Formats: sequence, structure tokens, C-alpha cells
Amino acid sequence: MALEVDVVSAEARLFQGEATAVYARSTDGELGILPGHTPMLVGLVTGPVRIATPDGEGVIVAVHRGFLKCRDDHVNILADTAELAADIDIARAEAARERALSHLSQDDYPGDARAELARAETRLRVVNGDVSI
Amino acid sequence: MPGAGELRVLRRRIRSIKSTQKITRAMELIAASRISRARRAVEAARPYSQGITRVIRDLASEGEVASHPLIREHDVVRRVGVVVISSDRGLAGAYNTNVLRRSERLIKEERDAGREVALYAVGRKAETYFRYRGERPVRVWGGVTDRPSYDDAVKIAEELGRAYWNQDINRVWLGFTQFRSALTQVSTTRKIMPVDPRELAGGEAGFPAQFTFEPNPQALLEELIPRYVEHQLYAALLESSASEHASRQRAMKAATDNAGDILHDLTREANRARQAAITTEISEIVGGAEALAAE
Repeated sequence: MALEVDVVSAEARLFQGEATAVYARSTDGELGILPGHTPMLVGLVTGPVRIATPDGEGVIVAVHRGFLKCRDDHVNILADTAELAADIDIARAEAARERALSHLSQDDYPGDARAELARAETRLRVVNGDVSI
Repeated sequence: MPGAGELRVLRRRIRSIKSTQKITRAMELIAASRISRARRAVEAARPYSQGITRVIRDLASEGEVASHPLIREHDVVRRVGVVVISSDRGLAGAYNTNVLRRSERLIKEERDAGREVALYAVGRKAETYFRYRGERPVRVWGGVTDRPSYDDAVKIAEELGRAYWNQDINRVWLGFTQFRSALTQVSTTRKIMPVDPRELAGGEAGFPAQFTFEPNPQALLEELIPRYVEHQLYAALLESSASEHASRQRAMKAATDNAGDILHDLTREANRARQAAITTEISEIVGGAEALAAE
């Protein structure tokens, strides 16, 4: 038995295929899904999603908020934005982190500097393969 | 020499039309390459749209979805928001005219029903069109329509959402262009807020009892519905953009063809003028020579 996984961002489909397990970060904490998991619908926070594929390789995706639905071994991830580790530009991610840090030190910054930092750090973690989930 | 002046004028026109034709052909090719990219973007956005609709439907068939503020129709609709998606640049045939007229009709209908209209313009063409007609758009977004990103859609949706939550507006219409095929684009209007519960009806009969929700169904729905609206806006931006490029390609192809026709006629005329000039010249020389010989 394997999982059918479908990862979709608002802009494109990023991954579709079989997997042996899926690990993600939900609003309530970290989450691992194996075949036969009880059906569920959870909100995802910014964080890496790791998909263990049957060939032993894994696919890592940086997900910035979204939803995960699991039902009858079908796992659907609907992300607001998501990037495959392979598509992330390290230099740009570093620059984004620096920007987020400088925003964080500005009191009057209108955007959500914390969310920006979380995104940038997730991207960097994903690229560096530092996915401890 | 008669004819020489005419010939000069004709040659000048030919040159100018040729350079215009080069421009229209370049625009045609650029538009053609953008269409395929824009169409791919429309296709790529579809899985999310299907996914989120299905999740909401399933969830909605569980609980009382109609109670969500983004779904319940207001008892009194005092002010409506109208978002019009046009292009930033012209030279796209009837693309802008169609969607602007369609939206203008909707605005009139809402006004006739005694409601105020708050206008939101996406694309410079909508802004200039409505300003010229004495409207004052609440907000204008430029530089979006050529290649819309999801972030653009989020930006616009956030502004609309805020106005909606503050009850500044109680209904939001979207005027945009549907991309059916490279040949057919249809300007249309659609209500995006509140969400029509019928769009979300017909979910699979319920989640099994052991279904887990995190945090809880109501909270999830509250996150899902704004995403749904955002994505509808995003899809409309993408379809409009694909329509714009398709329209521009067609218009520029027609312009290039017309330039070709004119060039054909002008070349004919120029040749005739050239021959006439030569004929005149020869007859003048012959006439001159005869006059000399006669002396």
C-alpha cells in the first residue's frame, strides 16, 4: 500500500505521485502520514514538507501556509505558495532572510516581518536539506 | 518632370508603412509567445482551484457553511465594489472596450437599483476610461495584467476583503474576460463576494465520523473561503491576461496584413508613376531631338 500524493500551489502543481510517507507541519504541530492514516483535514503553517518516495529518494517542498487533506490514502496538499527544493535560489533566499531581519528591527514596518523570516528560513532549510521532520 | 514628385511621395509612404509593419509584426510575435505562457499559467492554476473547491464542498456539506460572513448575502446591500480587469496598454483590438462596456452596464444596473458603487480598476485602461467618464476609482493597480502573479491577486483580494469586512462594501463584482480559446474571449461579470453557496454545494456526502480536523472545521472554513476568493481573482487575472495577449495578437496580425495590402497597392502605384516619369522623360528627349533635327 502506498500513498497517492498531490502537491498543488496556487500557481502550479508541484508533485504528483506515489509515496511511502509524508511529513508536514500543521497548525497543531508536526505530522507524519503513513498509509492507512485516519482521514483528516488540517491547516499547514510555513514549513518544509517531506515526501518519502518508494525509490528511497525524497522530495522536499517549502510550503507557506495551506491545507492538507488525507482520505483513503490520498494526500492532497493545497499550498498558498510552495517551492520545490530544487527550484529555490539560495542567493535569493539569503537576501530575503536579510531583508526580513532588517524589517523585524523596524518598528513601523507595515508587513508581517515574522512571516517573511519564517518563509526565508524555511526556504533555506529546505535547500540545505536540513529537514528534521 | 511630372510624376517625379508623386513618385517621391509614394516612396516615402511605402517606407513609413514598411516600418509600421515591422512594429506590428514584432508585436504580433511577442503577443503570440505570451499567449502560450499565459495559457500554461491558466492550466497550471486549475488543480488548486479544483482542489480547494472540493475541500470546501466536502467541509460545507458537514456544517453550517451558510453562516460564514463571506457566504451570507447581506440583508441590505448599500454599496457594491466593482473590480474591472483591463490591460495597461492598448493595441489589443476590442479587448478593453468589451470588458469596459460590460462592466459599465453592470455599474449602471447597480446604480439603478439604488446602490452606491465603489470602483476598483486593474489596468491603466480601465482607469483612464472611467476617469474620463467622471468616475473616481477607489484604487488602481497597474503593472499587474501583463503577467499576473498570485501575490498580485492576494494584494487585490486583501484590499477588497478589508473593505468587505469593514462593511464599506457589501458585495463584490468582478468584470473580466474569459479565455475560451485563442479565437474566443468573452467579457463577463461574476460576483465573488459573498460567495454563492450554490458554487459550494454538492459535496460528497460528508466526511466519515472519524475524520480529524485541525484546528476545527469552522476555523478551517474561515481560512479556506478567503483562499477560495483569492484564487478566483487570480484565475480571472490569468484568463484576462491570456485574452489580452490573444486579442493583441489578432489585432496586430490584422494590422500587419493590412499594411501588406497597402504596400502592394502603393508599390503598384509607384511603379506606374515611375513608368509614367520615364515615358515623359523619353518623349521629352525625343521631342527635343526632333526639334533640334528640324532646325
